[in-house]
Amino acid sequence: MVASPDIYDRLTGVFHDVFDDTEIVLAPQLTADDVDGWDSLTHIRLVLSVQREFGVTFSSGEVGQLKNVGELADLIAKKLGVQAHA
Amino acid sequence: MAMTLYTELAWLPRPAAVFSDSCKTALAAEEGLGRRLRMLATQALDSNQLTKLARVIARARAKGASLAPLVPFRLGVVSNATTDLLVPALVATAARHGIALECIAAAYDQVTQEALSPDSTINRARPDAVLVALDHRGLPFRPAPGDPAAAARIVDDVVGHLDTIRQGFRTNSDAISIVQTIARPPERLFGSLDAGTAGTLGHMIETANRRIADSVAASKDLLVDVAGLAQTVGLAGWHDLTQWNLAKLPFSDAMVPLYADHVCRVIGAQKGKSRRCLVLDLDNTLWGGVIGDDGLEGIKVAQGDAVGEGFLDVQRFALALRERGIVLAVSSKNNDEVARLPFQKHPEMLLREEHIAVFQANWNDKASNILAIADELKLGLESFVLLDDNPVERDLVRKMLPDVAVPELPEDPALYARTLAAAGYFEAVAFSDEDRKRAAFYQDNARRLSLQKQAGDIESYLASLEMEITFQPFDATGRARIAQLISKSNQFNLTTRRYTEAQVEQLSHDPARWTLQVRLADKLGDNGMISVIICRKEGADWEIDTWLMSCRVLGRRVEQMVLREILDHARREGAARLVGVYRPTERNKLVEQHYGKLGFALARTEPDGTTIWHLDVAAASVPAVPMAVRRVGFDAPAAGIAA
Repeated sequence: MVASPDIYDRLTGVFHDVFDDTEIVLAPQLTADDVDGWDSLTHIRLVLSVQREFGVTFSSGEVGQLKNVGELADLIAKKLGVQAHA
Repeated sequence: MAMTLYTELAWLPRPAAVFSDSCKTALAAEEGLGRRLRMLATQALDSNQLTKLARVIARARAKGASLAPLVPFRLGVVSNATTDLLVPALVATAARHGIALECIAAAYDQVTQEALSPDSTINRARPDAVLVALDHRGLPFRPAPGDPAAAARIVDDVVGHLDTIRQGFRTNSDAISIVQTIARPPERLFGSLDAGTAGTLGHMIETANRRIADSVAASKDLLVDVAGLAQTVGLAGWHDLTQWNLAKLPFSDAMVPLYADHVCRVIGAQKGKSRRCLVLDLDNTLWGGVIGDDGLEGIKVAQGDAVGEGFLDVQRFALALRERGIVLAVSSKNNDEVARLPFQKHPEMLLREEHIAVFQANWNDKASNILAIADELKLGLESFVLLDDNPVERDLVRKMLPDVAVPELPEDPALYARTLAAAGYFEAVAFSDEDRKRAAFYQDNARRLSLQKQAGDIESYLASLEMEITFQPFDATGRARIAQLISKSNQFNLTTRRYTEAQVEQLSHDPARWTLQVRLADKLGDNGMISVIICRKEGADWEIDTWLMSCRVLGRRVEQMVLREILDHARREGAARLVGVYRPTERNKLVEQHYGKLGFALARTEPDGTTIWHLDVAAASVPAVPMAVRRVGFDAPAAGIAA
């Protein structure tokens, strides 16, 4: 399932909050290597904040498999059961 | 739902939308940084916001800024779990409790080594205290169901293990330990049988917790009752297995702000930062209703009354606090004699005058009253808590006296006492005979103080409230509420003339009458209809037959705006003079000088004490008050005298 623009908007807010940086622009291909301060601890904070923002929970396995922002957004969409029109 | 009181720290105001910006501004400020940080921390912050604030504190420290009046405290943190999320939360939350906390965290799962090795990270840092954050996974528990002898040995081992760690830090750092009780996992082996079967995990944890608490109480170390906290919010919500597996988080991240607050309360209490005086509002805080309007028989404070029970709980809790040495005071917008009546005469009241050290019932603002109470009791403002149902009073005291703790309250009075208790303002690390005696020391007949000084700039506070006043003639929609106000208002009521709903309807169609209903909203909410005016047109005179107002909005200058509105309409209809009448009753002394204050001249006093006042319509000039004006059902004001 592909994430909608609305999911990207809310996700951007979460990134700004967690990284304390309002300059971050999200794109599906974005990975941890592209963002300053995206270490393993921040990754956990990010995952927890996403769960809170969207009211979803990820399994341990799902968190481990995420490769980039696009996969994270798609996983959120899948959890929410939101139909795509990105 | 009940859990959210705790997990969302519902006694704290929600953070302002500009929280991130405020963090940055605080850092840029040259002085008063410590106070700003404390104010920022005194909001219901989530994990990310706490992390942000902790970052600001770290930066301030890095550039050598003074964090005074926050009291410095160095805390070592050891745990069998990941503490990376806890540490920033602790640093930020400590500011809420008046502490400039510096944390030294040991590496993951290095507990015994840290305690026993003199040159470990923690011991080299020479902390004031070490938080020993161990849960059941970090202690030598193993299952021994049905084997009491083995179970006893295991509990000995667990308690002994903790003793070794505590002893280690004491010897090597001269630091006290902050020890935790153990939150039981929700999984049971047999079921209910676990509770009575030695050697099940639950049974052993309960036994160990009892011994840990006793052992800490007999030492200089401090206890954080994590087991009790986890039970309060629910064990299933506390233990998050996914998060443990993912990152070895000791408990659900949703509980981090609450946990941090509980740890910091204990540190604050240790540093003498706990509150010592509870200031109570009266109407709709200690009893349901308004004593000045509803009278002794009308207020709700009785057993068996669904609303009254909640208020009794508040009184019961206040009394229990007093028994343990917390001083009680009253600050209420009321007449002194009227406010004391329930304490003296109401059979169901638990609180009596002898329980109240200082009793401030007057019509001044609460900030000035709390200042007077603080002076009289020789206590600093940071010793005070104000319990008040009125959001505007709460907001005013927070702005004027930021050192005073002012809990948010839920809609339902049934939850007032629980909310106050959940806030943990009166956390103690010891309980002595002295505490017990303090209540008697302050037992002094509910002293009444005259006010020495005014707190801060009330004018600009009023402007910041973004008030909007709505003027409207009587109409069918408002009729029931108009009649209710007319039949109930006693204090701010100039003539106390009662009209039935049917009479109110007649009045609204009578061409010889001019009627006004007034509503007031502000940024904290809608106060609804708060004032009612009826004028009788008699040639060139407009006699003000009825002028009443809800005391809830006293001190907001509503009277001034109402008079401007009356004058505007009187001018347009060609009236030359307003005639004000004050008819004294037992309840309305508050407005004895109402017309005098508004610029009316006293025309005469009648034998029964009634006073008649005159105001020349053409000459009158009443300054506007900063509030937006809305008119419904009236024409726009005449040019030149617009509000």
